[in-house]
Amino acid sequence: MLRTSSIICRAALTRSYATATSPHALVFLEHRAGVIDSGSLSALTAAEQLGGQVSALVVGGSEHVQGVVDEVKKLKGVTSVLHSTSQQYTEPLPETLSPLLEKLLSDSPFTHVVSATSSTAKSLLPRVSARLDAPTVSDVTSLEHDAASGSTTFTRPIYAGNAIATVRAPAGIPIKFFTVRGTAFAPAVSQDSTADDKAVDPVEVADPVTQHLKTTIAKSDRPDLGVASRVVSGGRALKNAETFEKTLYPLADALGAAVGASRAAVDAGYADNSLQVGQTGKVVAPELYMAIGISGAIQHLAGMKDSKLIVAINKDADAPIFQVADVGLVADLFDAVPELTEKLKK
Amino acid sequence: MRPSAIQLLNILVPVKRSVDFAVKIRVNPQQTGIDTNVKHSMNPFDEIAVEEAVRLREKLKADVKLIKAITIGPPKASDTLRTALAMGADSAIHVEVPESSASPEPLAVAKTLRAVIDKHNASAKEAGDKFDLIILGKQAIDDDLGVTGQMLAGLLGWSQATFASKVEVDVGKNEAVVTREIDGGAEEVRCRLPLVVTTDLRLNEPRYASLPNIMKAKKKPIEKLSPADLGLDYTPQLETLKVSEPPKRVGGGKVASVDELLAKLKEAGIEAA
Repeated sequence: MLRTSSIICRAALTRSYATATSPHALVFLEHRAGVIDSGSLSALTAAEQLGGQVSALVVGGSEHVQGVVDEVKKLKGVTSVLHSTSQQYTEPLPETLSPLLEKLLSDSPFTHVVSATSSTAKSLLPRVSARLDAPTVSDVTSLEHDAASGSTTFTRPIYAGNAIATVRAPAGIPIKFFTVRGTAFAPAVSQDSTADDKAVDPVEVADPVTQHLKTTIAKSDRPDLGVASRVVSGGRALKNAETFEKTLYPLADALGAAVGASRAAVDAGYADNSLQVGQTGKVVAPELYMAIGISGAIQHLAGMKDSKLIVAINKDADAPIFQVADVGLVADLFDAVPELTEKLKK
Repeated sequence: MRPSAIQLLNILVPVKRSVDFAVKIRVNPQQTGIDTNVKHSMNPFDEIAVEEAVRLREKLKADVKLIKAITIGPPKASDTLRTALAMGADSAIHVEVPESSASPEPLAVAKTLRAVIDKHNASAKEAGDKFDLIILGKQAIDDDLGVTGQMLAGLLGWSQATFASKVEVDVGKNEAVVTREIDGGAEEVRCRLPLVVTTDLRLNEPRYASLPNIMKAKKKPIEKLSPADLGLDYTPQLETLKVSEPPKRVGGGKVASVDELLAKLKEAGIEAA
């Protein structure tokens, strides 16, 4: 209740400026078969930082939407939940979702469209923004909205994280699209209050140009790489898929960590694509990142250098990974890792 | 559906000249950008796009009628086009912008590509001459935005297949089955042509251009255009206020043994789960 009144206050204050309106963000909230995507929770936090209302949009097939809506209503920062149900939305294809978003955005007073930097949202948001003649600012790590001028300033990494760009979307861009780097914002938490919810009619696309055939998700009983608090990552030095598994998995299990991999390890077939950490893979920022047999190319560092504690084990004392590692051990990983695993378990 | 008798694939491959992926970049003292007086090359994802176009021709033979590369950039970007031609593109378009101007925003690039595609398709004498497949890199490694392909598909109203790791085109059926890299795994989609594809790293391994092909590429035509020819204005929508160095991480030094490593972990409060 307190929140609502502060928004009313702000709206009243900004009324004296002819051009500015109080921000109202639409967060494209993702779920896989009813389980809310953790990146979306961070996107909600980022949207809340704009200082205005936050509406979440939940889409999907009839079996999952209601459950997700009930959960999202309880999340901190959410002022309303819009939901749209259609068999066409079971698989979130940009070609079928874009018309729904375009309709929503043309009818309503949204000033920002926000999502996680996920593969689904990365495919969808730019398509919609282009149709509305607006840019999409990708992978934002911090933001600030100036209610008086109606402009929003974002920071985002460029050149594989080797530079940080500060860009301003001026008031002239009526709807500002951006995707959010999950590791840069704390996930929204549940609280007691509940937000409003409102069903939105789906925009059915007759004869869609793209059809979903199948999804293959790499199964693992370890924590999800993107949100794990500990990550054990392996590189090319692991030699092959079998030694990768035999050497890294026991250590990861001992630590309760997720397993990651460098591009070299993925390309060589030691690990699944979905485990790649780096500029073009996952960006992680766990409490502990263990880089094992990873030299530390800039593309890899881009995906992990915001980790709290970086530990490197490498045979090559001159490997660039040691320049960022908090703790480095120059040793043969095939001796050091099993020893470490053994001693950890004690 | 177009008449099936004249089904031919015409592929447009947009490429970008960017700072070479191995270069350690430096932010300039004015904090307006980076020092660009360094080695440049074709954006790695675009090399994969060119390679894929050439492989489609090798597989589908005469069904691929045209592979055209296009770039928007300063005069030096023509080197990037020559690379694409040496890899197997037939001809190229260079939308030239002054050396000093910043590279255009993705939306402006997408609008440029749409204008070129519309112009080409409007002048096509028969359906088999129209562009029906655009292959782009999934992101440029300089701005790391990764939005141009999706924007182009949106502007054209075409189907899109982003982060492709496998592309199978069935020219007769006028469709493509694409495997996409998604968070946590892979997804297969069937897309109707015309289609915009963006490439993932794992789509293919780009070839090196051979010396004879590099020589041949010098004779292939590059058409020059200006943004004004296409009725476009590259004034950016976003203002870049500052480009700065990321916070430096200082390495904490090395330990001599696994036991010392364990002690450091313990110090940081990390123990077995």
